[in-house]
Amino acid sequence: MKRLDRSELIFKIIAYVLVTAFALTTLYPFIYSISMALSGENAINQGQVVLWPVDIQFDAVLSLIIGANARNFWIAYTNTLFYTFYGTAFSMILSIFAAYALSRRNLVFKRQIGFLIVFTMWFSAGLIPTYINYREMMVNNRWGIIYGFGVQAFNILLLRNYFNGISREIEEAAIVDGANEFQVLTNVYLPMSKSALATITLFYALNRWNGYFWNMRLVQGPEHPLQVILRGILENATNTDIVTEYPYSEFSLVYAAIVLSIIPIVVIYPYLQKYFARGVNVGGVKE
Amino acid sequence: MAKTTEMERNMSLGDLSHEDLLDELERTRWRRYWKQIKKSWPIYVMLIPVLLFFYFFRYRPIGGILVAFKNYDNYSITIGESNFYGLYAFKYLIIGPQANQFWQAFRNTFTLSAYGLFFGFPIPIILALFFSEIRNETYRSVTQIITYLPRFISTVVITSLIALMLYQGNNIQSPGVLNEMLANLGVIEAGTPMMAKPEYFRSVYIISDIWEGAGYGSIVYFAAIMAISPTNYEAAKIDGANKLAQIRYVTLPGMAPTLTIMLILRIGSILSIGYEKVLLLTGGLGQNVLKNAEVISTYVLRLGGLWTSAGATGINLAAAADMFNSFIAMFLVLGANFISRRVSDTSLF
Repeated sequence: MKRLDRSELIFKIIAYVLVTAFALTTLYPFIYSISMALSGENAINQGQVVLWPVDIQFDAVLSLIIGANARNFWIAYTNTLFYTFYGTAFSMILSIFAAYALSRRNLVFKRQIGFLIVFTMWFSAGLIPTYINYREMMVNNRWGIIYGFGVQAFNILLLRNYFNGISREIEEAAIVDGANEFQVLTNVYLPMSKSALATITLFYALNRWNGYFWNMRLVQGPEHPLQVILRGILENATNTDIVTEYPYSEFSLVYAAIVLSIIPIVVIYPYLQKYFARGVNVGGVKE
Repeated sequence: MAKTTEMERNMSLGDLSHEDLLDELERTRWRRYWKQIKKSWPIYVMLIPVLLFFYFFRYRPIGGILVAFKNYDNYSITIGESNFYGLYAFKYLIIGPQANQFWQAFRNTFTLSAYGLFFGFPIPIILALFFSEIRNETYRSVTQIITYLPRFISTVVITSLIALMLYQGNNIQSPGVLNEMLANLGVIEAGTPMMAKPEYFRSVYIISDIWEGAGYGSIVYFAAIMAISPTNYEAAKIDGANKLAQIRYVTLPGMAPTLTIMLILRIGSILSIGYEKVLLLTGGLGQNVLKNAEVISTYVLRLGGLWTSAGATGINLAAAADMFNSFIAMFLVLGANFISRRVSDTSLF
């Protein structure tokens, strides 16, 4: 162990204390949400819930899973699963193909095609023309949402840069063995880019899972994803005119919906974290 | 047969002068491209879907900017069916009856970004410095995983949590857990409906942004700090540098390129405040709070009737405001990128 002088020791202590404090502050709203979802109505009304649940009940959670609110909640949940699964698959296929093609040295018009893609990062048509275009392109149903929100230029560039960094020797060996372009992509490039692929899969999937505004605007009620329903539950709870007839607080219902909506992220994300901490640094995108 | 002619041509190429050779290359350009494409056709097939996507969803909407110059006033007509109005919408916004609201939104966008930059920029850097001090790998990765997490949670959830914890509404006795804490600390009067008061909006927006993004934002700085060689610190210590001096003379210079790029990019995006968080924080709260909260993008959505079902009050005005903003924003981004390339040889594009 190296010897620390006084100032280093003090700084280290401050670092430990503040990092711990920040991590606890980050964690607090999530723990509080679980507690609110599980607390009794009186305790919530009187503001007794600060950290742990008071007067535990499971009715609010159960009402979303099997009870009165379950039908709408599960429709929205399966909609979100649909958007996330097909949307991410669609985005990934397009991005991988584009990134691979753009990483080929012999691509004709490589600069021009690259510019067409990069330009969309500088300039976008704006919200109103985008909305008009979505209407004209029939982005008003489930599949419309899938194809209308396909690809982000940034993710293509991220992946292309990663592909560019892969040594050509293995590829040349594969070509000598008679591999065609598709086989080079699937057998050489994809297995060697796991961390970049994991990173952009995570980005795309999160965009789909968390998407709110355009889904709310473009598709109708039964096709609305979780985030839209979540917002609706919140507005019901804070609306003064509605008197709750449930055996639990209206607020427990909001928090229960919040907790159920982020469970998949909290479960999957720590496993992908090691990839994206690496993958993000692949950035420094350069044209 | 074809082979021999090609061989003949190849042989004769050697006899050509420099200029003739260039001419020959120019003449056979398209033929060579075509050969190239035929040889590795799969990569061109792979490009088709993505080019179609960019055409239909990124370039095609650009034509829609025309509505800013037209009397297009409801979404059920096509852009072609509306008449040209010239610069009417721009005049109406910039010096006409809407000027107050438009410039207010413009100012709010700028103010919110500037505050966000001033308070939000240093915190991920400090956090990264602290993370680098934690040598216990397990503890460090656990705290990192936790602090990155809010970045992956939806805006709807984040804004719901903010709204509920700060003020739960009138139909419940308890005003909300953070509301009570702040009242106990004497920051606010007990039971203040914080979300509906314009004077709290900026603090709520920026502090929650820091809570949400500081952890994730520290990743890039953390990587920069970890790339600094430990021998630099050893050398500084031999020269008698204490911890603060080491940060001042070793760590900060070592991460200077990263700091520069991040700062420049942040300044470049100063006019692009996302609409979702602002809309969701102010949704259903009435006009009062908008005094400080309305930014260009939310103003556009409201004018264009895309947020509430109340209907559009001026689609062409909305498009004009948006266009004005996106042109200034584009020049800021390009300018920032240009400067970044100049100072640090690194740029986003």
